[in-house]
Amino acid sequence: MSKKKLRGYREFLYVLPFIILVLIFAYYPLYGWLYAFYDYKPPTPLSASPFVGFKWFHYMIDNDVKRKQLLQVLMNTFAVSGLSMLFSWFPMMFAVFLNEIKCKPYKKFVQTVTTLPNFISWVLVYSIAFCVFNSTGVVNSLMTSWGIIDKPIMFLQSSKHIWFKMWLWLTWKNAGWAAIMYIAAITGIDEELIDAAKVDGANRWKTIWHITIPSILPTYLVLLFLNMANFLSNGMEQFYVFQNSFNTKYIQVLDLYVYNLAMGNGGYSLSTAIGVLKSLISIVLLCSMNAIAKLTRGEGFI
Amino acid sequence: MADAEVTVKKKRKKLDPVDTIMSIATYIVYTFFAFVCVYPFYYIFINTISSNDLSARGKITFWPKELHFTNYINVSHIPSLVSAFRISLARTVLGTLLTVVASAFLGYMFTRETMWHRKVWYRLVIATMYFNAGIIPFFITMKNIGLYDTFWVYVLPTIVSPFYIVLCKTFVESVPRELTDAAEIDGAGTMRTFVSIIIPVIKPILATVAIFSAVGQWNAFQDTLLLTSDPKLSTLQFTLYQYINQASSLKALVNSTGNAASLAASLAHAATATSIRMTVTIVVVFPILLVYPIFQRYFVKGIMIGAVKG
Repeated sequence: MSKKKLRGYREFLYVLPFIILVLIFAYYPLYGWLYAFYDYKPPTPLSASPFVGFKWFHYMIDNDVKRKQLLQVLMNTFAVSGLSMLFSWFPMMFAVFLNEIKCKPYKKFVQTVTTLPNFISWVLVYSIAFCVFNSTGVVNSLMTSWGIIDKPIMFLQSSKHIWFKMWLWLTWKNAGWAAIMYIAAITGIDEELIDAAKVDGANRWKTIWHITIPSILPTYLVLLFLNMANFLSNGMEQFYVFQNSFNTKYIQVLDLYVYNLAMGNGGYSLSTAIGVLKSLISIVLLCSMNAIAKLTRGEGFI
Repeated sequence: MADAEVTVKKKRKKLDPVDTIMSIATYIVYTFFAFVCVYPFYYIFINTISSNDLSARGKITFWPKELHFTNYINVSHIPSLVSAFRISLARTVLGTLLTVVASAFLGYMFTRETMWHRKVWYRLVIATMYFNAGIIPFFITMKNIGLYDTFWVYVLPTIVSPFYIVLCKTFVESVPRELTDAAEIDGAGTMRTFVSIIIPVIKPILATVAIFSAVGQWNAFQDTLLLTSDPKLSTLQFTLYQYINQASSLKALVNSTGNAASLAASLAHAATATSIRMTVTIVVVFPILLVYPIFQRYFVKGIMIGAVKG
């Protein structure tokens, strides 16, 4: 008995170094939330900085200019997240119609090449965007030689349709990958169900509508709930790389704003305060979405 | 058999025209999607091997013209790029290795019911999937513990990755209990069982973890941006970003290689800013394209286990 206990302790000692890593890199940084309640200016350590309570939380909205800026940032965040929510059916439909293609090698080819962009970084996406869309890029040079335009369009140096463009790039990068989950779900559909429908005289479209889509709808819902839980978190990398002085007003989503505030203006405390608020709202969102998921399908995702 | 074929053919003929049109439309739409995903890579590649002059004027669209490979040779002579390549390679190799070992080991250890307070530790690790302190507190913490501006800041934070641990644990749980029990009866300890029984059995999932983690390390950009300022720690991704952003810095770079006068001259002459940028893009993308076919076999499996469990 005690030998077993001894073994238990030893096994704990084996994992201890990893637990320590987790504590350092995931839990210890949480103390940094304290900076939101101090007036922290980098060379001075936190212990010597004055405690200011909720000053920064008021500061965000204490005059019209700041309110407007925060509102703009929130609007950008909502627009970008909203667009991807609005079109969240796209990967599902992509998978459904891809599944209808009878020629196997072609299907495999499409699946392979559309998944590829998911594995390159945002920097590379930006580099590709730059090569293809700059003033001497292929899009401008073809359009000029075909006589559609007479001077190059500055696709990247403008704030026009920036939310939509961001959605397009996100879709270019992710849609093929997101479709894999649905393709797997479709493969899991019972063949007999489809055969039975065919015997009953259902054509292709009826089979899609009455069998394929209902079978993958649960997968869609889970992913939709997860998306909603991440509504405020667009990540900063995509927006950071595409950011320039022409579009910065409309491209600044919450995550990028937090970064710009701290690294651009040295507003560590203010930026942390916004980050803390964002995290708290995100946790509430996650829990409520999980609860809704539990209610609708009897099983949450946490 | 022949009869069956005849009926199939008859059925084909009976297909209603709407169906046929939709079929053709599907092919057209997917060919378009595939083109949109492939062409940019192809376009950049043909530009890097075509005459830089034609390329700079946007004359290369579908076929390479006046083939040459000097861009690739020139790029390999830029010291900051060579250093960035070394850093990217080092973090990918080391980071992946450590992450795979840690994920396999923890995935196995967290199935050991004998471990003291196993569930507490498991939950402590898994909970980190659902929250993070935010970039600024993380930045301040890295400064405080002295990891800011060190190579280790690329590697250490990624070693324990809850998602990979879940993947490994799920796989370990599917290993028949008798296998490990038999080893232990034969006198193998925890470590011995791990190395000689568990690792060989869970190889497929380790391949998945390795590839995910390697792609993640190779593509990482934010940590360089946030947690380093020393140009010696620049990765390829970061250097590429700088190139795109400050085309003018390229001129300075050509000047700084002034001691090799002929090289600087040839760089300034032959390699325009655009061509260097495109060449670096291909260099950065290439490893991904290289592992991608191997990758494909594994990632569907990975994403499915993750979907069920995560």
